[in-house]
Amino acid sequence: MSRSKTNVAVGAFVALGMVAIAFMALKVGNLVSFDSGVGYRLEARFDNIGGLRVRAPVKSAGVVVGRVEAIHLDKDTYEAVADLRIRPEYRFSSDTIAAIVTSGLLGEQYLSLDAGGDSRYLVDGERIIKTQSAMVLEKLIGQFLYNKAAETSGDRK
Amino acid sequence: MPEPLDAPLIELKDVRFGYGGRLVLDGLDLTVPRGQILAVMGGSGSGKTSLLGLLGGRNIALSGSVKVDGNEVGSLNGAKLYALRRRMGMLFQFGALFTDLSVFENVAFPYREQTDLPEAVIRDLVLLKLEAVGLRGAADLAPSQLSGGMARRVALARAIALDPMLMFYDEPFTGLDPISAGIIGRLIQRLNVAFGMTSLLVTHDVNETLRIADRIVVISEGRIVRDMTPQELRSSDDRFIRQFADGLPDGPVPFHYPASPYAGQLLGDHDVHA
Amino acid sequence: MTFMLDFLEGLGAAALRVLARLGLATGFFQAVLARAPGSAKRFGLLVREVYFSGVRSLAIIVVSGLFVGMVLAVQGYEVLQRFGSADALGSLVALSLVRELGPVVAALLFAGRAGSAVTAEIGLMRATEQLAAMDMMAVDPITRVVAPRFLAAVASLPILAVIFSSAGVIGAYLVGVELIGIDSGAFWSQMSASVDFRLDVLNGLFKALVFGVAVGLISVFEGYHAAPTAEGVAGATTRTVVISSLSVLTLDFILTVLMFRGLN
Repeated sequence: MSRSKTNVAVGAFVALGMVAIAFMALKVGNLVSFDSGVGYRLEARFDNIGGLRVRAPVKSAGVVVGRVEAIHLDKDTYEAVADLRIRPEYRFSSDTIAAIVTSGLLGEQYLSLDAGGDSRYLVDGERIIKTQSAMVLEKLIGQFLYNKAAETSGDRK
Repeated sequence: MPEPLDAPLIELKDVRFGYGGRLVLDGLDLTVPRGQILAVMGGSGSGKTSLLGLLGGRNIALSGSVKVDGNEVGSLNGAKLYALRRRMGMLFQFGALFTDLSVFENVAFPYREQTDLPEAVIRDLVLLKLEAVGLRGAADLAPSQLSGGMARRVALARAIALDPMLMFYDEPFTGLDPISAGIIGRLIQRLNVAFGMTSLLVTHDVNETLRIADRIVVISEGRIVRDMTPQELRSSDDRFIRQFADGLPDGPVPFHYPASPYAGQLLGDHDVHA
Repeated sequence: MTFMLDFLEGLGAAALRVLARLGLATGFFQAVLARAPGSAKRFGLLVREVYFSGVRSLAIIVVSGLFVGMVLAVQGYEVLQRFGSADALGSLVALSLVRELGPVVAALLFAGRAGSAVTAEIGLMRATEQLAAMDMMAVDPITRVVAPRFLAAVASLPILAVIFSSAGVIGAYLVGVELIGIDSGAFWSQMSASVDFRLDVLNGLFKALVFGVAVGLISVFEGYHAAPTAEGVAGATTRTVVISSLSVLTLDFILTVLMFRGLN
């Protein structure tokens, strides 16, 4: 194998590596669709965040508009605080409702934003007031059984 | 500071060298004047190859002085040692050609690594050196396509590429048929004269040595025990020399490894074996 | 009692041998790293070694990647469809490949394919006195022979790892979408929603880089310090594959804990 053929082969090898990186960036990963650090921050407080995790998507009407950046517990109120990073092109009214929703019955949990009608928009660092906590299956079932029990006991009377 | 021309090229004084707790050279003295072809002989493991290592700076003496062209080899640092080695050539026992390079590239290697000569000049120099060993026609072959004798001639062309002042030959005749050995021997002699080199051969081959060497030294038990010309060796009736020169199995150098008496071991002294 | 003493003595001797070897290796690694910058200037040497280590490993990497991706798709689908989450196949496969399997399996294959070849080559050069000849020609064998092979491993493995992951994703696509019939849009969107370029892809690449350093150093060390005999070289080649594989898996665990512990 001559020197130049080797060079060509190695050049093609490196080029293939670059194509693979581009594939990773554009198709497999989400470098273009969302770059962390870009956009403005919002805060939302929940009684229970369920299975919501850092980096979970924030969606509005099913479209990804941002990501959960950090989650921590407020030491005084024992509320879960989620920091959201929202892409700059999307703006939400101050009466927007943030809800933790599950995609599918057992799928990944994400944060859903339902825009309201207020004319004032939320700005960087502001807090979403209206929130709806995650549904916890055990509580749901417990509630259902309690209601059922109440119904049946009511029927007897 | 170049040494005066009449100063000896190699001077070893009271050299001790060993490894793994075993002393190989013990109080060796040797002086080699410029232009000489010196053959170093001795049994296997007598320290002949260690001697080449010391002179090339690959081994460091435990004590004593190893001087080549006035330089104390053991005390040279990396760059200075390499500067000295550029003026040395070494032919390894089986040639040690680079298996991934062609014959041409093997000989070109020292030029490419040590000089900035243009490609055309390198080409001419390589062909010149190959011509000197009679293998210009084999330039495009791979080392694996060469016979043992040819490989050693290519290695010789590579070793003399930078016109060294001092050549080392490590067992240059081992494993060669008499014709190839004769060719190598004649090349050693011719190159020594043509390039004004000094040559140091480590060898067992008495016939070839007698033909080409100016002087023969014999190493035994870590020091030089005989120092003579080929004529003296031929006519010597020293028992040790005769055993060595004629290849006698037993003599001053015993055939048997030291052991307990044979009869005793056969007759039931089983502890010796168990 | 004597049995205990024998055992302890053996253990002590073994520990001392390992320590001596580690000491030797540390000194050698320092020498290689010190010579690496000078060696990198000889670009032609590096290109040649990337050809032999990287390009020549491409076939095994691509084929293995495809098959690993295909198997992941079949097995992943089996499990996911029980929970009605077959759409998540893309993200399952991509995360497994990018974070773990790409760097780790590529490194294991690389140790077997290229690392062993480097060890055998350097070991043979030593056994046939080629390294000694080079040294006597005032050419430093570590700069000329060892360092380029080490650098080539460091340069090649990240490239091979990302190619492995890509091939795996394509393999999973072929099986998951073309064969099983998962929706192609769901496959890709689930994947890109869960794979973060910086956290997953770049961390995976960093792992591959660390593995490249480890496999590269082990390969050249074993070759350079192989006993100059046929058995010595054969043993060194085996050791390269065994020690490289164990190091890659150990390093992978450590890196994974450091990188991904905070995430979930």
